[in-house]
Amino acid sequence: METGWYIILSVALFCIGIVGALTRRNSIIVFMCIELMLNSVNLLLVAFSKMHMAGVGITDPSVATNAQLFVFFIMIVAAAEVSVGLAIIVMMYRNTHSIDINFLNRLKN
Amino acid sequence: MENIFNLVYWIPLLPFIGFLINGLGRNAFSKSVVGFIGSGVILLSFCVSVLVFLQASKEGFTSQNISYFPFISLEKIHIPFEFQIDQLTSLFLLIITGVGFLIHVYSASYMHEESQSGYGRYFSYLNLFVFSMLLLVMGGNYVVMFIGWEGVGLCSYLLIGFWFKNNDYNNAAKKAFIMNRIGDVGFLLGIFWMLSTYGTVSYHELFNSQDGIITAIKTNTPVLTGITLLLFVGATGKSAQIPLYTWLPDAMAGPTPVSALIHAATMVTAGIYMIARSNIMYSLAPVTMNVVAIVGLATAIFAAVIALKQNDIKKVLAYSTVSQLGYMFLGLGVGAYTAAVFHVMTHAFFKALLFLGAGSVIHAMGGEQDINKMGGLGKKMRITYITFFIACLAISGIPPFAGFFSKDEILAAAFASSPVLYIIGLGGALLTAFYMFRLLALTFAGKFRGTDEQLHHVHESPAAITFPLITLAILSAIGGLVGIPELFVKNGHKLGEFLAPVFEHSNKILIVHHVAEQTEIILLVVSVVLIVGVCFWAWNKYKNSSGEKVATGFAKTIQNKFYIDEFYDSIIVKPIKSLSAVLSNVIDKSVIDGIVNGVGKSINYSSRQIRLLQSGQAGTYIFLMVIGMLVLFIIQMFTK
Repeated sequence: METGWYIILSVALFCIGIVGALTRRNSIIVFMCIELMLNSVNLLLVAFSKMHMAGVGITDPSVATNAQLFVFFIMIVAAAEVSVGLAIIVMMYRNTHSIDINFLNRLKN
Repeated sequence: MENIFNLVYWIPLLPFIGFLINGLGRNAFSKSVVGFIGSGVILLSFCVSVLVFLQASKEGFTSQNISYFPFISLEKIHIPFEFQIDQLTSLFLLIITGVGFLIHVYSASYMHEESQSGYGRYFSYLNLFVFSMLLLVMGGNYVVMFIGWEGVGLCSYLLIGFWFKNNDYNNAAKKAFIMNRIGDVGFLLGIFWMLSTYGTVSYHELFNSQDGIITAIKTNTPVLTGITLLLFVGATGKSAQIPLYTWLPDAMAGPTPVSALIHAATMVTAGIYMIARSNIMYSLAPVTMNVVAIVGLATAIFAAVIALKQNDIKKVLAYSTVSQLGYMFLGLGVGAYTAAVFHVMTHAFFKALLFLGAGSVIHAMGGEQDINKMGGLGKKMRITYITFFIACLAISGIPPFAGFFSKDEILAAAFASSPVLYIIGLGGALLTAFYMFRLLALTFAGKFRGTDEQLHHVHESPAAITFPLITLAILSAIGGLVGIPELFVKNGHKLGEFLAPVFEHSNKILIVHHVAEQTEIILLVVSVVLIVGVCFWAWNKYKNSSGEKVATGFAKTIQNKFYIDEFYDSIIVKPIKSLSAVLSNVIDKSVIDGIVNGVGKSINYSSRQIRLLQSGQAGTYIFLMVIGMLVLFIIQMFTK
């Protein structure tokens, strides 16, 4: 049952992320919430990986690395995404002197 | 001479070459060159036809089947492009190329006022017509016959509408084409049915006495009756029988030589040829035979009555053609195939002569066709008058002219089948004599009733016109002598002997009634006396006529052709037109346009509504994304 705790933790993190993204207007916090969701999924991946390896009888941690590799991959992509996202926020601040995401609706015109 | 059958393909090919040369070079060649080529190719094919005929009339000649190449080749169906030459074909070849040649010569002079390209176009159409007609009679199976059949229909359309700047002529051409098409559908369905039942459409396979239709169909008469009736529908279209006859009188819109060639001598006899060619099938289907006889007789009488009151010289002849074709169908219907083919031959002579004579008159009158404005032309146009007179004698059935022998043979066969048919048929013959002599008297006797200018203009036509007239007059006078009844001369019916192999099987199947010699003599004498009497009556009645009075009552109904055109117009043409109006104004505008425009409008509307979702608020987007995810989760949970 030890995987169950991981699942509960990651669902909790994910829900915090969602609620944060929905309710906050500060775009940096929204951004952090999105990262939180991403990483909750990462956590889940690692937990499941471990669980499945144990399920088929593999206990040596140096062998059971498939899903962990995936997690690293996601982290790299997320890092790239963060750099782009932060750059957008910086540009946004320069133009509007605000980081309120509701200011961004000006884009539609 | 044995290899003459290797040359038969030249018979249709020569007119086709003429068609190509005249059609493509109509602007390049002068009129005399065009006329020379046009007539020359027909003369050459006439020469080949004569050779074929001589070969076919030899002792021990059997029908020749010449296959050229596979025309349609499918898994189970093989239809070669083949010709069949037998006695019937060789006779038709002579009629078509012989009469055709005379009409080409006549046309060369008659059409001389046409423009150069019009002249070339005219001769190319005429050549194409002869080509199609030759294909029709030479074809060795029904499919090749159908190619020719459609070809003559097309040429008929082109030639009736030759003066296409006149819209009435165009309408007449369209009418002819559409009426023919209606018949062609029947013919085509007949061919399909034949193909699916017997697996072949070749004559030599169908009519083979060992394994052909004779043994195959005895068990299946209803199918054969259906096939023969469908073929007969085709024949009513092409040969202008009730109910599809109305196109033929309108077809007089074309140039007069065209009327002579197509609507008298050759094309309209295609239906007769087809039935004579399929004689075995018809002989085995007695129901169809009765239908053919009744339709033929009804047409003969009906058209003859209409002809009584027509005032257009060509219309009288047109209805007379319809009526004479009715006689031929009567002959076919009572099993007298030889007599019907004999009448085709004599009719080709005297009807071509009548039309060409009428053309000569119209030419002299400067385009006038109303016989009320003619009269007294006999003195001015001797040759035309005499030849026309001979043709009238021939068509009325006065001995010893051609029409007498053939018509008498048909009537005798009708009597043998049923005296009622004979009496009605004789009535039709009397009507024929009456309207022909009425026409003759109104045109050539009495005083001239046209304008002074026309009177001054009237003259005898040039030699190129009178030469065919004289030739045809000789043929009309003596052409009947090839079929003298047994009654007068033992073995006198040379044509019957010649055609005997073609109708051999039918004559075995049909029970041929023979009329006693005394009866036949009585019938002959009665009919000749009556006809001569009617001729004199009509001649005297109209000899000094000052033209027809305005018709009233029943005569008016006749003059208006029993309002058949109006009848067809109101029951077929008008409903179809109003249906098309409904379709174009209501169905097309509201339904079809509504669907097309509705698609555009609904897309416009829905995009305008959906656009509002894109508010630009990042919070909304995220919220929608979360909702979407939840929906996916729920679906996932409930579908497991």
